[in-house]
Amino acid sequence: MRRFSAPLVIAVLALSLPLVVMFAMGTGTVNIAIADIWCAVLNLLFADSPSNQTNTILFDIRLPRILLALCLGAILAISGAVMQGLFRNPLADPSLIGVSGGASVGASIVIVMAGSWIQGTAALGLSAVAAGAFTGGFIATILVYRLATSELGTSVTTMLLAGIAIGAIAGALNSLLSYFADNDMLRQISLWQMGNLSTANWSRVTMVALVAALLVGLFPRDSRALNALLLGESEARHLGIDVQRVKRRLIILTALGIGTSVAVAGMIGFVGLVVPHAIRLLIGPDHRWLLPGSALAGAILLILADSLARVVVTPTELPTGILTALLGAPFFVVLLIQRRREV
Amino acid sequence: MPLTAENISLHISGFNLLRDVSMHVEAGTVTAIVGPNGAGKSSLLKVLTGEITATTGKVSLNHRHLDAWALEHRAKMLAVLPQHTALSFPFTANEVVALGRIPHQTGKQKDELIVADALKAVDASYLQKRFYTQMSGGEKQRVQLARVLAQIWQPTELGDQFLVLDEPTSAFDLSHQKLTLEIVRGLAEQGTGVVMVLHDLNLAARCADNLVVFDSGAIAAQGSPEEVLTEKLISQVFGVKSIIAKHPVTQKPLVIT
Repeated sequence: MRRFSAPLVIAVLALSLPLVVMFAMGTGTVNIAIADIWCAVLNLLFADSPSNQTNTILFDIRLPRILLALCLGAILAISGAVMQGLFRNPLADPSLIGVSGGASVGASIVIVMAGSWIQGTAALGLSAVAAGAFTGGFIATILVYRLATSELGTSVTTMLLAGIAIGAIAGALNSLLSYFADNDMLRQISLWQMGNLSTANWSRVTMVALVAALLVGLFPRDSRALNALLLGESEARHLGIDVQRVKRRLIILTALGIGTSVAVAGMIGFVGLVVPHAIRLLIGPDHRWLLPGSALAGAILLILADSLARVVVTPTELPTGILTALLGAPFFVVLLIQRRREV
Repeated sequence: MPLTAENISLHISGFNLLRDVSMHVEAGTVTAIVGPNGAGKSSLLKVLTGEITATTGKVSLNHRHLDAWALEHRAKMLAVLPQHTALSFPFTANEVVALGRIPHQTGKQKDELIVADALKAVDASYLQKRFYTQMSGGEKQRVQLARVLAQIWQPTELGDQFLVLDEPTSAFDLSHQKLTLEIVRGLAEQGTGVVMVLHDLNLAARCADNLVVFDSGAIAAQGSPEEVLTEKLISQVFGVKSIIAKHPVTQKPLVIT
């Protein structure tokens, strides 16, 4: 195992992000050359640009979607990194331990219970769905944490089993809600389960960007506490960390992040597992570097995955969640095999 | 200024783990706690370090109730080495020891010096860049010892400092056992109060100023090793016949079983 310098890796990631955004802007059913993108951007900024087809594609369709992928990727990856630190286990992931499931039930309940009201007021409806997803995710996180943590620490087996149980309950509740839902609600619910960024628009981007900014701003303040927590809760307490408060804060923020992401784009699995893992292999487990590194890499990965989803079966497109699961699940299996060898 | 426990009792799910235990640890002295398995030694350490709140009785650090100290202030005065630390993330030894500097705001450069010194003190300089997850049991324990040493490396204005160790030598070979005892004595000479649970009575006799013998949740005897270690007490508490001799060089009691 060889490590790379953390500042270097983060600098490379930070420089790659705008390049990846540019690449994604040009990629799609219609390919647009980099030069044309620059022209359009400059026109938009400094001149009255005519509303032509290129502009519509770039700024009404692709840009909001890319920014949504950027923010969601960052949210998912940084939340995954925080959860893995909190559970002291590199296999913790919101979608594996039932948190995403809980969030999707929360979202479904709001969709079905308040269906007609939501369709009337789109923006309000979305925040109501987000609140539902947040509550669901929050309850699931607390449940998994309580079930898996004893005085001896957090047990992985219990955590994954609790995740299966909560996932099963969430699946059953989702089916139940689908059973009673009308056609329109059904379509919305099934969208959640696949994970999709195609509903991107500027109001969603704004909401997700606010949450992403909150998380990326607040999580790193607990980096040292997370480092200490890796030793164990009582060890962290002996190092002067108010473990209860830090834990509560981190759980609430992760639930907010996962809840928002599920509300906007449904279940996008494995980004929260794979990205922090890869970054940890590159630069080590110090959260002061791991958190920003994960946020950047998550953003890049989801933008790339979403671009792939847009072009892989043109002229239609794949739900992004299917793609991240297809790519992420094999990675997870490799991790499991490696760990089995270690133990 | 001492670390004291007064009339501590601890009842957990119907068991009396500790019964009316009182002990004082003065700064600059070494207290060793010995006793059979399950006698309540670790429970006492947990109460003494604020991990468990006693059912009755009180613990005070530098004349203030333990809970009255802010956590970050407490961490500058009281460092705790548990028996076993489950760290499954690939930190290097340097990074693990640096965690001991979390309560302090001394800056990166100063911390790096302290980390290097602490690792040197436990004979683990060669581990600096090695991954914790790939170390042997004894190496891990030395790195953890270096971590708690780094935590109280410099004196603080808040009050005297204390180090609590739960079986620090359990994974060590002879030379590192000896090194640990030298470190502990050195700390005491600089004014730190040390409390440690030990299993080896001879190690305890050699380095402790004050020896506390635990038996089924209560203190069976406490005092200097010479006063406490008698053939009668050892057969009472441990159920083992023994002869108490004198160490030919140090003149400390030597328990031969």
